[in-house]
Amino acid sequence: MATLIRHAKPAQDSWLRLEPAAEGAPPAIPERGDLLVPLKLWQSSAGVLLGRPSGRIGVWLAPDEDPALIADSLDALALVAVFFPQFTDGRGYSTARLLRERYGWRGELRAIGDVQRDQLFYLSRVGFDAFELNDGIDLQSALSAFADFSEAYQTSVERPLPLFCRRSTEAA
Amino acid sequence: MVSTISGVRLRVLQMYRYDEVDQRLVDERVAQFRDQTRRHLAGQLSEDDFRPLRLQNGLYIQRFAPMLRVAIPYGLLSSRQLRALAYIARRWDRGTGHFSTRQNIQFNWPKLAEVPDILAHLASVQMHAIQTSGNCIRNTTTDHLAGVAPDEIVDPLVWCELVRQWSTFHPEFAYLPRKFKIAVSGAEQDRAAIQVHDIGLQALHGENGEIGFRVWVGGGLGRTPVIGTVIREFLPWRHMLSYLEAILRVYNRYGRRDNKYKARIKILVKELTPDLFRAQVEAEWAHLKDGPATLTGAEVRRIEGRFTRPQYRKLEPLPLQYTQALAREPGFARWVGRNVHAHKVPGYAAVTLSLKKTGVPPGDATAEQMDAVADLADRYSFGELRVSHEQNLILSDVRQSDLHALWHEAKALGLATPNIGLISNIISCPGGDFCALANAKSIPVAEAIQRRFDDLDYQHDIGELDLNISGCMNSCGHHHVGHIGILGVDKQGAEYYQVSIGGAQGNEASLGRVIGPAFAQDEVPEVIARLVETYLARRDSEAERFIDVVRRIGIEPFRENIYGNTHQTREARAGQLAAA
Ligand code: HEM
Ligand code: SF4
Repeated sequence: MATLIRHAKPAQDSWLRLEPAAEGAPPAIPERGDLLVPLKLWQSSAGVLLGRPSGRIGVWLAPDEDPALIADSLDALALVAVFFPQFTDGRGYSTARLLRERYGWRGELRAIGDVQRDQLFYLSRVGFDAFELNDGIDLQSALSAFADFSEAYQTSVERPLPLFCRRSTEAA
Repeated sequence: MVSTISGVRLRVLQMYRYDEVDQRLVDERVAQFRDQTRRHLAGQLSEDDFRPLRLQNGLYIQRFAPMLRVAIPYGLLSSRQLRALAYIARRWDRGTGHFSTRQNIQFNWPKLAEVPDILAHLASVQMHAIQTSGNCIRNTTTDHLAGVAPDEIVDPLVWCELVRQWSTFHPEFAYLPRKFKIAVSGAEQDRAAIQVHDIGLQALHGENGEIGFRVWVGGGLGRTPVIGTVIREFLPWRHMLSYLEAILRVYNRYGRRDNKYKARIKILVKELTPDLFRAQVEAEWAHLKDGPATLTGAEVRRIEGRFTRPQYRKLEPLPLQYTQALAREPGFARWVGRNVHAHKVPGYAAVTLSLKKTGVPPGDATAEQMDAVADLADRYSFGELRVSHEQNLILSDVRQSDLHALWHEAKALGLATPNIGLISNIISCPGGDFCALANAKSIPVAEAIQRRFDDLDYQHDIGELDLNISGCMNSCGHHHVGHIGILGVDKQGAEYYQVSIGGAQGNEASLGRVIGPAFAQDEVPEVIARLVETYLARRDSEAERFIDVVRRIGIEPFRENIYGNTHQTREARAGQLAAA
């Protein structure tokens, strides 16, 4: 199982991720346990998912899936994840900012897929607070990635005010 | 902050000086890259995973060796920085640097393991290679006469630095579909080619005198050349960053990622149509407008205050010793006519040191030349210089009374070729001699053309003519916007050259049209000579430039003089050319 980092510390993962259904057949939905489901399954079976006897529900988005599609569901979710097919596919960075800044998601926002050490700093700046690391990534090295840079110019989720605003309030 | 000279209010900016944060970030970047390189060399970071990281630090792996591209943000360079580049050329390269068309300098022979040391050396003089390559926001470019050109409406430098800071390590836009280039111009004449950039910002004054920008988007060269579209006529300066953010977000989310040849923003703008693209940007911007990215007057003044300012003297324009030398020495007058440019401040001038001497690859400078130019900058131009997108160096603040002495010194250094704007001021990419992607060599073609037009009197008679060469359709040499453009193509494994005419950069940007089938390398100089011959025969006066004639009479007469009438066979044409 992939190594999980949450809030810049190694963490235990209670979530089971379901993959999108192969042609036609909807995936079997386990009765219990925390479930991270693809958007389509959420859209087709929210009632079933929420009606299970126990366990929380999260939704993961593919890079081309618009976070607006779950904006109204966020209250029912305990986790949102964004999938990176390759780390060079940067769409998920915009997805994350939109979830945090526009749709007000406050819960865990997890990066899944091709997640490596050298992207963690930027990922954390756009609002991800949990990371399922790719196999073979050195955990200690990954944990140090959050300190790659000590400052940043732009507005972002992690520092909403750009440096120039923080600077002028400090000076004032 | 406002100096008053001869009653003119002037605020000329020179070098931006890093503050503590600017320096710290660049230093941290060096440490980060050092660690990445170490992990890569230790086998912990695969080539595939390392490639995007090294590219974002300007490091390509080329035909013979790695190539390191160093940013010269908006083209400004201090003499101290130029000496550092000379040092790098000597210590880690083979003694030369190549100034590119994007206000960068490239080193062709560094060793991978030593690149972190080179970056550390750059950081010690407030320079870096951050985002000079890769699918991210690249080095922002501008007018090489920014701040000093008399036709300037708004000094673009402050805005360029604001864009530099905003784009540096922007966390959302580090893995775009493709590279992204922003250019800013603040003058009546666009010298920054803003219409062929992903975003072009034209700084101007709004109705109430407020500064703002006309926003062009979706221009670019490469294999699908496109002139950009205006998506906003006037964007007040406060909103510059939030609007850029909106454009980039739309592009990041919807730009194509399935095909790297269709991944530039120009394709998205085309496929959506400019109107729909504009609507999407405006819808995104509605959320961001007046948000935290909104610029403040305090920040603009703070940035402005971090630029040094030349201490201009109050000088008489056109001092006697200068005008006398002009009258006395035709060689000097010719150099002044081509390589010296008007300046905002009376008694001063900007001077282009030509890196286009025949036989030297366009844009190349040796370490010795760099050191010598740094000395010239110290003695003649407040220790500052600029790099132009035409691959030349510019001393921007020279006293007219010093021009004659400077001319002598520049001549001794081989940097006084009086060819700015002329046919031998060729813009060329490195081509097949260095570049792994090339179809054909470009440097020897440039040289052969320069030799064919070696006679300076003839060159001056031909007048203004931009000639651009790219070794493949990636168009690094901007051949689409050359009055004459030459493109290296592959014909069954042989190097051939396609010729186009009618391209132009600047306010009336246009794309050249191909005149016909491609030529072998040794045919090219003669083909160019025939184009020029047609032009000279058809111009109505010396004032009508090559490009004007192409626009007036079209490409047909030019084509005929080369290919003959269409019935002529290729063999007959080749025979004719060989005989010529
Ligand atoms: C030798 C290594 C180089 C490589 C591998 C390289 C590669 C490329 C590629 C692949 C493109 C096309 C991008 C696209 O259209 O999506 C491109 C465009 C460009 N390159 Fe280079 N290049 C190199 C050197 C240079 C040099 C030396 C210059 C300046 C003289 C330069 C200036 C440019 C410019 C201005 C473009 C822009 C055309 C546009 O994007 O609209 N490149 N380069
Ligand atoms: S135009 Fe082609 S050959 Fe020339 S530098 Fe660019 S990629 Fe290389």
